[in-house]
Amino acid sequence: MAAETYLPTMPAVRKKKPKPELSYRKQWALQLLLLFITFISLFPILWIVSLSIDPSGIARPTELRLIPPGASLSAYQKVLDQPTNNPITFAELAFNSFRLAFGVAFFSVAIGVGAAYVFSRFNITGQQVLMLAILTVLMLPAIGSIAPLYVLLNKIKIGVGPADTLRNSLYGVGLAITSGALPFAIWNLKGYLDTIPRDLEEAARIDGATINQTFVRIILPLATPALAVTGFLGFLSGWTEFALSWQFLSKVEDFTLSMALWNMTGQYSGQVPWSNFAAMALLVALPVSVVYLVLQKYIVGGLTIGSVK
Amino acid sequence: MATLSGQSQSGSRFANWWLRTSTTRIAWLYLLPAFLVMGFITFYPLFYQVWMSTTDYGVANLRVDAPLPNRADQSEACNTNMQGKCTWGVLDNYRQIFSGELPVAISNFNFWGVLTFNLVWTLSNVPFHVIIGVLVAVLLNTKGLWFKRVYRAIFVLPIVIPSLVVAVVWRNMFDPDYGSINQLLTAVNQFFGGDAVTWRWLDQVNPPFSFIPLPLSFFALLIANLWLGWPFMTIVATGALQSIPTDLYEAAAIDGASGVQQFFAITVPLIRPAMIPAAVLGMITTFNLFNLIYMLSGGGPLRQTEILVTTAYRLVNENRLYGVAAAFSVIIFFVLLGLTLVTNYITRATERYDDN
Repeated sequence: MAAETYLPTMPAVRKKKPKPELSYRKQWALQLLLLFITFISLFPILWIVSLSIDPSGIARPTELRLIPPGASLSAYQKVLDQPTNNPITFAELAFNSFRLAFGVAFFSVAIGVGAAYVFSRFNITGQQVLMLAILTVLMLPAIGSIAPLYVLLNKIKIGVGPADTLRNSLYGVGLAITSGALPFAIWNLKGYLDTIPRDLEEAARIDGATINQTFVRIILPLATPALAVTGFLGFLSGWTEFALSWQFLSKVEDFTLSMALWNMTGQYSGQVPWSNFAAMALLVALPVSVVYLVLQKYIVGGLTIGSVK
Repeated sequence: MATLSGQSQSGSRFANWWLRTSTTRIAWLYLLPAFLVMGFITFYPLFYQVWMSTTDYGVANLRVDAPLPNRADQSEACNTNMQGKCTWGVLDNYRQIFSGELPVAISNFNFWGVLTFNLVWTLSNVPFHVIIGVLVAVLLNTKGLWFKRVYRAIFVLPIVIPSLVVAVVWRNMFDPDYGSINQLLTAVNQFFGGDAVTWRWLDQVNPPFSFIPLPLSFFALLIANLWLGWPFMTIVATGALQSIPTDLYEAAAIDGASGVQQFFAITVPLIRPAMIPAAVLGMITTFNLFNLIYMLSGGGPLRQTEILVTTAYRLVNENRLYGVAAAFSVIIFFVLLGLTLVTNYITRATERYDDN
């Protein structure tokens, strides 16, 4: 710092016209290449956006158009009213997805952070075995345990009807998603807690703070970014969960956004106009995409930190 | 502290132990919620799955008060179910999966074919992601390049869109009659005086290249997953690139090293520690890429692009063979374990190389 303060007094060496760091020919060649990559990256997004504002209401698009003539938001209106043939509104679908996603996010973080704290800071008997067990589960895809989860949740009755089992409810699906999200939350949070220096906690312990006080007053505030990111990833896994809901749920009032979206695609779509499908896809993606965009820096960093360990 | 230990010495042995283990007790208290919840919804189902895989668990055993499924030792039930030919053994589900002779005939079911395709799928995707990702990151790291921030902001978009939405959108894009891929190819082709392109991306059975025995839908999946996969690698590589000191390149340039030489002598070795974990993560993700394959190609045509997780899902969702599906998932577990051990070995080996 001291050296820098003397710098201005030194004679400044300046070029009159700074030469561009990159020759113009190279610059234009690179720009062309990058524009091509940009086109490829944006093509699906532009296609779906322009489809969603197509007012013609025809079943299938016959040509590529960036801005269809007479662009309107009528497809969004139809989707918000009733996206599929099932008697359920967009708001109800979104509420189901939100409950599922929020439940998974809340419970995986609330339960996971305690375990992550122990794995990061304590050395109790059997800890290695437990951590290894969690790592093993982490490796398994959620669909890898769909058969036992389906069978077991089907044995738990929560109502009077023959189909009123935990399997056939959002709670059952939530439990099943949490079973995959919780190990990830523990591991991701542990990875972050490992990067927090221990000095603060040790100072607090010397000042007479108990373990609980250290956890609440020091660890939790410092880990807030990681809690937010892990919570968001849990939310994302609930919001976009498809395979388990599609297999488990049969009551229309329990259906989620992802199930409705799949109902509007491919062989199930029937005569649903693709402009409605496009509007639906954008409505499902938009809320989580915006949050992801904001948190993206922390998420990518966290994911690779976790996989190094 | 002195007074505490003094008290415990005068107290009983139990009080002594109680004080000594107070930290451990609190640790277990913190661990308990996760321990209980995971015990019930993660580990118990996994052990149950192993038991299920030794039974002929089917629709008849689903109800709350339904009888337990059959196992090898229940010869009586075995006789009634198998019409006297008592062939049900503990490992029968596994035998049936490996041989393809399932209790319900599933056309084109071939475990070894699926396993091979799954590995080919993973190994063909991830290298492309890493190579393209690193090249774009290097491109974007060029000094004096215009609009760097704009490009970086655009290239992150494929990551932030949920894979579920990406999968359904690409499925419609590959539609032979109304999809935007054929429409775009038609526009390009007609510009050069050609005809309309009507490739049947998702259901053409004949392989497009005679020397690659994979259907056209494999290439459709490859294109969609390429779009999806490279930006993650670019982000990781950009982070690593920015931590390389520029004087290394300056020194190399003074010594007369060309751009390509600098890339292989400086960039590649220095970003490898960051790229290898990212590549391992990409491998595991691609290996289990359920949404894209289930929704884009549906495993078709003729189950040629089915991967292990989509096959397991179909066994439950379409065939309702819960016992077979459980056995299939146990097999997936061991395949993944093998894959993890191999990638770990490779990672370690390269780490050692870095230390030298």
